[in-house]
Amino acid sequence: MSQKIYITGLGMISAIGNNVPESLVSLSQSKTGIGKIHHLTTRYKDDFLAGEIKLSNKELADLVNDHNPELNRNSYIAMLAAKEAVQHSGIDTSDGLRTGVISSTTVAGMGKTEMYYKELFEKDEHLGVLDTHDCGDSTERIADFLGNVDYVTTISTACSSAANAIMLGCRMIKNGLLDRAVVGGVDALSKFTFNGFNTLMILDKEWCKPFDENRKGLNLGEGAAFLVIEGEEALKKRNGKALAEIVGYANTNDAYHQTASSPEGYGAKLAIEKALAMSGLKPEEIDYINMHGTGTPNNDLSEGTATKAVFGDKLPKFSSTKAFTGHTLAASASIEAVISVLSMQNSMIFPNLNFTTPIAELNMVPETTLVNMPVNTVLSNSFGFGGNCSSLIFKKV
Amino acid sequence: MRYITSYAHIKNNRVSVNGEILFTGTPSAGLPEFLTEAYKALAISYPKFHKMDSLCKLGIVCTEFALKGTNFLTQNPLDKIAIVMSNAASSLETDRHYQDTIKDKSNYFPSPAVFVYTLPNIVIGEIAIKYKTTGENAFFVAEKPDAGLLVNYTETVFQEGTQAAICGWIEVDGNSYEAFIFLAEISGNTNKNSNFKPLNQLTVTELYNKTIWTH
Amino acid sequence: MDALIEKLKGQIIEQLNLVELKPEEINPDSPLFGEGLGLDSIDALELIVLLEKHYGIKIEDPKDGKTIFQSVRTMAEYIKSQGKS
Repeated sequence: MSQKIYITGLGMISAIGNNVPESLVSLSQSKTGIGKIHHLTTRYKDDFLAGEIKLSNKELADLVNDHNPELNRNSYIAMLAAKEAVQHSGIDTSDGLRTGVISSTTVAGMGKTEMYYKELFEKDEHLGVLDTHDCGDSTERIADFLGNVDYVTTISTACSSAANAIMLGCRMIKNGLLDRAVVGGVDALSKFTFNGFNTLMILDKEWCKPFDENRKGLNLGEGAAFLVIEGEEALKKRNGKALAEIVGYANTNDAYHQTASSPEGYGAKLAIEKALAMSGLKPEEIDYINMHGTGTPNNDLSEGTATKAVFGDKLPKFSSTKAFTGHTLAASASIEAVISVLSMQNSMIFPNLNFTTPIAELNMVPETTLVNMPVNTVLSNSFGFGGNCSSLIFKKV
Repeated sequence: MRYITSYAHIKNNRVSVNGEILFTGTPSAGLPEFLTEAYKALAISYPKFHKMDSLCKLGIVCTEFALKGTNFLTQNPLDKIAIVMSNAASSLETDRHYQDTIKDKSNYFPSPAVFVYTLPNIVIGEIAIKYKTTGENAFFVAEKPDAGLLVNYTETVFQEGTQAAICGWIEVDGNSYEAFIFLAEISGNTNKNSNFKPLNQLTVTELYNKTIWTH
Repeated sequence: MDALIEKLKGQIIEQLNLVELKPEEINPDSPLFGEGLGLDSIDALELIVLLEKHYGIKIEDPKDGKTIFQSVRTMAEYIKSQGKS
């Protein structure tokens, strides 16, 4: 009954590229997308670096070919990434198979709403932005342009959101509710987010240093990434081609604090163990771990501790790619899922940029330059506020 | 077989548990005052409660009422208890509150304690922290209470090893609020009780719609 | 100093939403974190906001908070040392 789940399409837009091929070039050339802020209007423009998509809202609107003034940055990038994934997969939603769209976001339409928030109390001119504020708006737009969609939903669980969207897609296919799904997440930069993360004092004013002893915090990023996932039966029916298989996943709660992880990384450890158990793989059979690795003092120590507890002295090669993209919040898990598949397809382990000194308590050294070697299995971690911990395991086909 | 072993519904400043009104707050009280009254009525000591936003306070109060008098937390392993929640407004109420702390350049004091609550799933975090549950958790943003969504998802996690779940709808948007939480357990862990309804879309809808308040 | 301590107690209660606490219940020398009031990391950040809002003092590194926020008295002494009371 429980059929295999395959990834058949990838779509991604972030600071390192406007599509998957561009992203691969940046990753393989160790070219970070983090830099000065150009498009977002914020009082922190000159104080902080960010992983900003290198296109203005106007340029994004042109690419999407929709100049509806109600649309916001979130909707543009969600549609671009979803479109790329669907085209890449070659699925035709009018072929009678049941398709779902499961997206995720935390920012939603905040980027536009915050621009007009004060003004809306006085005049109605931009009242339309309220229509696109909801988390579900960009998901609906993806479903609208795809057509013939049987199920639409939006998850919002902070930084693990897209992982949970991917998991839900897998579950619905395995339970016979869908044949395939477009799954992922999106979050654009906004003043709201910048202000908020700054007030939690977890931003680094310089380029972030994941897993480094002297790390000071994260760099915010923005992006959208989607996968097309299909059950093996559906894939056979339409003669599609698999890029990778999703062999394990798990979700747990750290039950420690609203925004900090427990020192021993209990929730993280549980999520990794459960995902491994589901995959049937032993820890030593994991070739590469794409860490959540935000660069905050708290996360990297907690995640490192949890990882060591699971893998012991058989720690696989690992890296955090957030020094490339920044922390893209809800989108991060799907962006890193795309990166994990690229890793397996191209036999490359992408580096943990900006690393110098291992964390004293852990003595864990990530890969700091591109590694060319076969990668058959990848573990990808995403841990969100609210203690929401998710781990995904991918396997090469 | 999974059963709904307890449920609580909070609306119009009233708390009903398993179909009976257990607490009525001051009818004219706004949500913040009502939540304080309900917290006091529960007679629990949990100082962290006061730091939470309205969404989390409502979630904690409703969950606490649903758990009252049950053995839910002792008869189910804590790492096998899932939390599945949903609402329509996400964290909008707190988003507005946070926006207020940053919108005025001359009185600009962003509040970290408010920002922490600008995500809908923090209510799950607070429930997990209070009751120390480390199982699966998911938060869905949906247009309206959707029994099908909650039941389908909860059933799926049960199939993958979860033994009990705290599920529901917790919504706060301006003056409008509502909370409906039900506890679901596998039959093996429950005290045999023929009054327990099976977990499915029909029974969840039926329990949610039970009109116990006429005004 | 005593007046500043009393004022601070009220401000702390307000900023941190310590609804169940009265100023006279706070011992100015008791630890604010760990034991004592049992405040957490987010409370520490709110205290940083409090210092800026009411006393115009900006703390850049959250780690500095460890010494400054040990007790209400150490907070008051810090404020006085910055010439801001």
